[in-house]
Amino acid sequence: MRITVASGKGGTGKTTVATNLALALSADHPVQFFDCDVEEPNAHIFLKPRIERTRSVEKLLPRVDDEKCTYCGECAKACEFNAIAVIGKRVIVYDDLCHGCGLCKMVCPTGAITEVPHELGVIEEGTARGFPFSRGLLNVGEAMATPLIHELKAGIDPEALAILDAPPGTGCPTIAAIQGADLALLVTEPTPFGLHDLKAAVGVARSVGVPIGVIINRDGIGDDQVERFCATEGIPILLKIPFEREIARLYSQGIPLVDATPEWKERFQALYETATAELVQKGGVE
Amino acid sequence: MKLCITAKGPTLNDEVDPSFGRATYFLFYDPETKELKAVPNDPGAHGAGVQAARIVAENGADAVITGSVGPNAHQGLTAAGVKIYTGAQGTVADAIAAYAAGTLSAADGPSGKGHGR
Repeated sequence: MRITVASGKGGTGKTTVATNLALALSADHPVQFFDCDVEEPNAHIFLKPRIERTRSVEKLLPRVDDEKCTYCGECAKACEFNAIAVIGKRVIVYDDLCHGCGLCKMVCPTGAITEVPHELGVIEEGTARGFPFSRGLLNVGEAMATPLIHELKAGIDPEALAILDAPPGTGCPTIAAIQGADLALLVTEPTPFGLHDLKAAVGVARSVGVPIGVIINRDGIGDDQVERFCATEGIPILLKIPFEREIARLYSQGIPLVDATPEWKERFQALYETATAELVQKGGVE
Repeated sequence: MKLCITAKGPTLNDEVDPSFGRATYFLFYDPETKELKAVPNDPGAHGAGVQAARIVAENGADAVITGSVGPNAHQGLTAAGVKIYTGAQGTVADAIAAYAAGTLSAADGPSGKGHGR
């Protein structure tokens, strides 16, 4: 079972949901936690993991040998990302645009292209509260987060209950975190802004065929547009977290809700039961 | 001397498109012969600036007149020996007049962070 906690809008409470869910379920399920928000991972604040291993994630960048290059432009023609350009008698490689696929090297008729490794970031692995914890850390200045997320996902044990904290937004990194999940929990707030970005996130999850459940955070502010949208679209609202000072205080001190209040543990457990029952009913999961 | 002006339409009366890589049209104009060629731009999802720089170079322009140029496009245009003039406004005809009058600023570095920022 693989659950990705995502949101279109940033700052809606993804990490609150992902960390509390992991803590509420870890006693009865083989939880694995993955912080896929590699540009700004923050689940460690609540789970306080002990990091035992760190490894580098690299991409391969093309380098062109001017002696062998005939400036034929085949490499530039093959590149989907315009990461290599032949302008006159100059070949320019745009390292930030390169996805490291190696196609330019394959199509080069004179063997002028070699590849050099370039570190994008690191994967840290360890243990948090008795369950495996992994997170990706993108190096400052790097633009490409998805290779780190794919590397994190490679560590998923199919027998485990994997909980993935996704990056915000609806771009490639978010899609990478959602793809392959059995369920996407989309966290939103009941405001026009929240609804706007929720719609985008729903579109992403549906486009990759992942069932959706919605969690409303800061319930009590805004309006009822999110609930009406979910009703129209047939999307279950699995949990509402009220807009309360005490919840904000706990968050600001890095204290998980489930640690402070036993009722929250029950609510997150119930959320999981409801969500999985719904999936079974729809025939998605055994 | 051949100019390339980024434009929102194919004629000299159309507005200058402030974006270089994602401009709607590239207008190639020779001030001496008054010859005009409009090339529609079809940027892909990635590397629009790189692609645009290549189109400009392939059409033999000596200078680009546009709103702003990102770092990738700047590198490509510079490699091709194309001069870059940014901050152009109004119609394409206005921009050409401003270029002729010497009031456009030559960019010695990228004017944005890319992606039109």
